[in-house]
Amino acid sequence: MTRLAPRGEGFDPLSRRGFLVASAGAVATFGFARAIEAAMDPAAPHGVPATASGPRFDPTLWFSIDSDGMVTVNIIRAEMGQHVSSAMAQIVAEELEADWDKVRITHVDTDPKWGLMVTGGSWSVWQTFPIFSRAGAAGRMALIEAGAKLLGASPAACSARKGAVAAGGRSITYGEIVRRGALSRQYSADDLAKLPIKPVDQRNLIGKPVAALDIAAKTTGAAIYGIDAKVPGMVYARPKLPPTRNGSKVVSVDDSAARKVKGYLRCITLDDPSDTVPGWVMVIAESYPAAIRAADLVKVSWTAGPGAATSEKDIQDHAAGLIAKPEVGVLLNTGGGDTAAALKAAHTTVERTYTTSTVLHFQLEPLNALAFEKDGVFEIHTGNQWQSLIMPTLAKALGRPESGIVMRTYLLGGGFGRRLNGDYAVPAALAAKALGRPVQMILTRADDARFDSVRSPSVQTLRMGFDAAGKVTAMEHHAAAGWPTLVMAPGFMPKGQGGAPYDPFAISGADHWYEVGAQKVRAISNDLANSTFRPGWLRSVGPGWTNWALESFMDEAARRLSLDPVAFRLKLLNGAGRNAGSAPSAVGGALRQAEVVRRAANRAGWGQALPKDTGLGLATSFGQERDMPTWVACVARVRVDRATGVVTVEKLTNVTDAGAIIDPDGARAQTEGATLWGLSMTLHEGTAFENGQVKDTNLDTYMPLRIADTPDLDISFVDSTEPPVGLGEPATTVVAPAIGNAIFAAVGARLRHIPITPEAVRAALAGGAS
Amino acid sequence: MTSFTINGRAVSVDVDDDTPLLWVIRDEIGLTGSKFGCGIGLCGACTVHVGGRATRSCVTPVSAVDGAQVTTIEGLDPADEHPVQQAWRALQVPQCGYCQSGQIMQAAALLKDFPSPTDEDIDAVMTGNLCRCMTYVRIRAAVKQAAQALANGAIPNLTAAKGAKA
Repeated sequence: MTRLAPRGEGFDPLSRRGFLVASAGAVATFGFARAIEAAMDPAAPHGVPATASGPRFDPTLWFSIDSDGMVTVNIIRAEMGQHVSSAMAQIVAEELEADWDKVRITHVDTDPKWGLMVTGGSWSVWQTFPIFSRAGAAGRMALIEAGAKLLGASPAACSARKGAVAAGGRSITYGEIVRRGALSRQYSADDLAKLPIKPVDQRNLIGKPVAALDIAAKTTGAAIYGIDAKVPGMVYARPKLPPTRNGSKVVSVDDSAARKVKGYLRCITLDDPSDTVPGWVMVIAESYPAAIRAADLVKVSWTAGPGAATSEKDIQDHAAGLIAKPEVGVLLNTGGGDTAAALKAAHTTVERTYTTSTVLHFQLEPLNALAFEKDGVFEIHTGNQWQSLIMPTLAKALGRPESGIVMRTYLLGGGFGRRLNGDYAVPAALAAKALGRPVQMILTRADDARFDSVRSPSVQTLRMGFDAAGKVTAMEHHAAAGWPTLVMAPGFMPKGQGGAPYDPFAISGADHWYEVGAQKVRAISNDLANSTFRPGWLRSVGPGWTNWALESFMDEAARRLSLDPVAFRLKLLNGAGRNAGSAPSAVGGALRQAEVVRRAANRAGWGQALPKDTGLGLATSFGQERDMPTWVACVARVRVDRATGVVTVEKLTNVTDAGAIIDPDGARAQTEGATLWGLSMTLHEGTAFENGQVKDTNLDTYMPLRIADTPDLDISFVDSTEPPVGLGEPATTVVAPAIGNAIFAAVGARLRHIPITPEAVRAALAGGAS
Repeated sequence: MTSFTINGRAVSVDVDDDTPLLWVIRDEIGLTGSKFGCGIGLCGACTVHVGGRATRSCVTPVSAVDGAQVTTIEGLDPADEHPVQQAWRALQVPQCGYCQSGQIMQAAALLKDFPSPTDEDIDAVMTGNLCRCMTYVRIRAAVKQAAQALANGAIPNLTAAKGAKA
C-alpha cells in the first residue's frame, strides 16, 4: 500500500509493529520511581503531574495504575484544542474498564521509547484506537487474573467494571490489586495482537459524553502553554528577521541605538549548521518588552536570498505555466485510462481553472521556545506537533546527538499545522548555546506572520468529458502549489506513477470517489513557491484547497448538463470499481459519501423556494485521504447583496460520517471549529506575497472570522459502528465550495478564487456567469 | 515605580512607565493566565479588568493603572467559580484555550452592562475577542447560560466552594 511514512513507521494501526511499540514496556513494575518531571498534565495546576501512590502496575508503555487505582494514560499527541488526550484516555479506559473519575493524562517528552511523535492529519484517534484499545484490554485481563486469585475465584467467574474486579457478590478495586502486588502477567506481541476488544454494543465510555480533561484549567488561567515556560536566569529574545526565508546572509549589525534600552543585553548573529534560520539575528534582553523595543532599534543589513522581489502574481503565473506543460508533475495512481483520447472523443467538455490565495495559520499563541542546557542535556520547552521531525534538525544545529536533546511538551495555543514545522525551536536553541544561559524566544505577531509556513497559493485546472447521453467519460485534475512535504520531510512522500514521489498534502482530495471513467490526477510542485517561502501544512492540508476546485467544478459540470448538482453527485457516487471501499477504514466507499450528501441536502431543505438573492449550495468530500475517509457534506445558505457584493452566510449544515464517534461533544466541537475555519478562509482570510513577504502581518489587515459573522450551524453525525477515523479537518474542506455554489444558486455569479471578496462578487455579477 | 492592586493584592513595580501592563502581569508579577496574542489590542487574549472595566493589557502602559484595581482571570473569583467560568466548563467552550482567559474576562464585564444580553449584544461586545479555534457558537451559548445563572441569584465572587467543576 502506498502509505504515508508517518503512519507506516510504527503507527500503521493494523500492523503488528504498532503492538510491538505498544508492548515494549509490557512488564509489571512495582515501586519504580519514574522521572515524571518531563511530562505535563494539562488538568493539573501548572501542568505538573501527580506522583504515583504506592506500587504501580505498568502493563504496557501506554498507561499505568497506581495503588489508589489512578490510571495515568501516556499521551504522545499534542493537545491543541482537539481534546485528543481525553479521547485517547477514553479508548484505554473503555477496554480497561476503568473508573473515568480515576483517569488522568500526561503528555510525555521526546524519549525515543515513545516512537514517532506527530499530531496532524486528523490521524490521532484513527491511529491510536487499535493500539490503546488492546493495551487497555491487556490491562483488564491482567487485573482480572490477579483479582481472581485474591478473591479466590476463577478468572472465568470474574468480571471487571468501573475500576474493580467482581466475582459472586465480592469485589476488589484495581488499586488494591496493584497494592497487594499480585500482578505478574506479561504479554507477548502475539498475545496482544490476538486480544479481542469489546463488541460495539458493550461499550460503556466510547460514544458517551465525558468532561474533557484539559478544559477546567483553561477557564482559570492555570493552563500552561509554551509561552508560559519559565526557568531561573532566563533571558528573552526577539529575532530580526531577514528579507527572505531562505539564503539571507548578515552583512552587518548596528545596535548602537538599542543600547539605550533598559534591559537590552546584546545581539547574536546565529551560526546555524542546519540552515533552518539563515540570516537571523537574535536581540537579547532581560525582559520581553525590552527585547521588542531593542529589536526595533537594531539595524541589520543583509544580502537577500531567493525571492526577495517575488510577488503572489509571480507565484501564481508560474503555477499556471507549469500546468500548461504536460511533462511536469507526478500522476497519481487513479486507475488510469486515456483521458486525452476520451476528452477528444467526448460529445461535450468542460474546463475550468480555480485559484486560492496564500493563507496564514495565525495560531493565537505566537511561536516561541525556551532552550537551555542542564546536566549535559539540551532542553527545549515548547508546544510542538511533530517532535520527531525537528529533533534531527536540532541535533544538526546544536552539533550534538539527539540523545543529548529533549523536547518538553506544553499545551499549544493553537496548532493548525503551524507547529508541525518545528523550525522555531532552532533559533532559541542556537541562542541559548551561544549565550550559555536559558533563552526564551517569542515572536511578535508580525514576526510570527512573516515567519509563517503559509498555505501556498494554488492554481488548479479541471476538465471533464461527457458522451452524447450525458455520461461522464473522463476527468482531469491538475494542481500546482508549493509542496510542504518536499521542503521539510521529503522522505515521507509516497510514490505516484513511475515511482515519482509527490506531496500527498498538496494533492489529496483530487483523487475523489466519483465514477468518472478515465481519470488523471496530476500533482505539480511550484518551485518558485518552494524557494520564496517555506510552504506549510495548514488545517485540512491538500483537500482544504483541492476540494474548492473539485466541488466548484462538479457544480459547474452539473449545470452544464442542466442537472441538479445533488442528483449529479449521487449518480457518480455509485460505489463501483475502485470506489467500492475496503476494510479497515473505508468500508462502504462512495455509497457512504452519497449518504451524507443525501442527508445534508434533506436537512437543509434542498429544493425549497427561497427569498430573492438567497441560495443553497452543496459540497462534499472524503476528508483527508482515501484510506482514512471521513465522509462529509455541507450545505451553505447564503444571501448576496447585489449592490455591494457582500455575501452573508446564513446557515451551514454539515453531516459527517466518521465511523464510531469516541467523544460526541469533542467530535462536535472539532466539527464546529473546522466548519468555521472553512468559512473564515472562504470570506475573511487570505493574504499575498509582496517582495517575498506576506503583506498582512496582524489583525489590522488580516481579519479571521469573528463571532458577529458566525452563522447558525446544524451539525450532525451518522450513527456508525465502523472504525473511527478523523475529525479535526474534514469539515473545513467542504465550506468554500458550498458557499461558492450557493452564491451561484443565489445570483448566478460563479466565483473561482478564494477568498471571495465583495469586489469579486460584483465583478462576477457584472460579467455574468462564464 | 508604579503601584496598583492586582486581584486584591497591593503591588509596586519598578519598570519603565510605558511597559505594557500585560508583561508586568505575566513576567514581573508572574500571573500567566493573561495571554499575548496580537500586541495591538485587536485579539482580546490579554483582557483584564481595570476598575471593573474590560481592558486590553497589551496596549495599556503600566503607568496608566497607577492606583487602580486590576483583576486578572486568576482573581475573577476566589474559587474559580464565577458563573461565566462555570458556564464555560459546563458547555466545554475552550478548545486550545489560549484566548479563553480574555473571552471570560470580557464576558464577565459584558454581563455587568447587559444582564440579559441578546445575540446582538453578545456579538457587539465579544466580536473584539478573536477565537482562532472558532468556539463562537459555544461562547454565545455560555454567555447566555451565565446570564441566566446570574438572574437566578448566582453572585459572582461569593459563590460556592471549589470542587464541583464540570
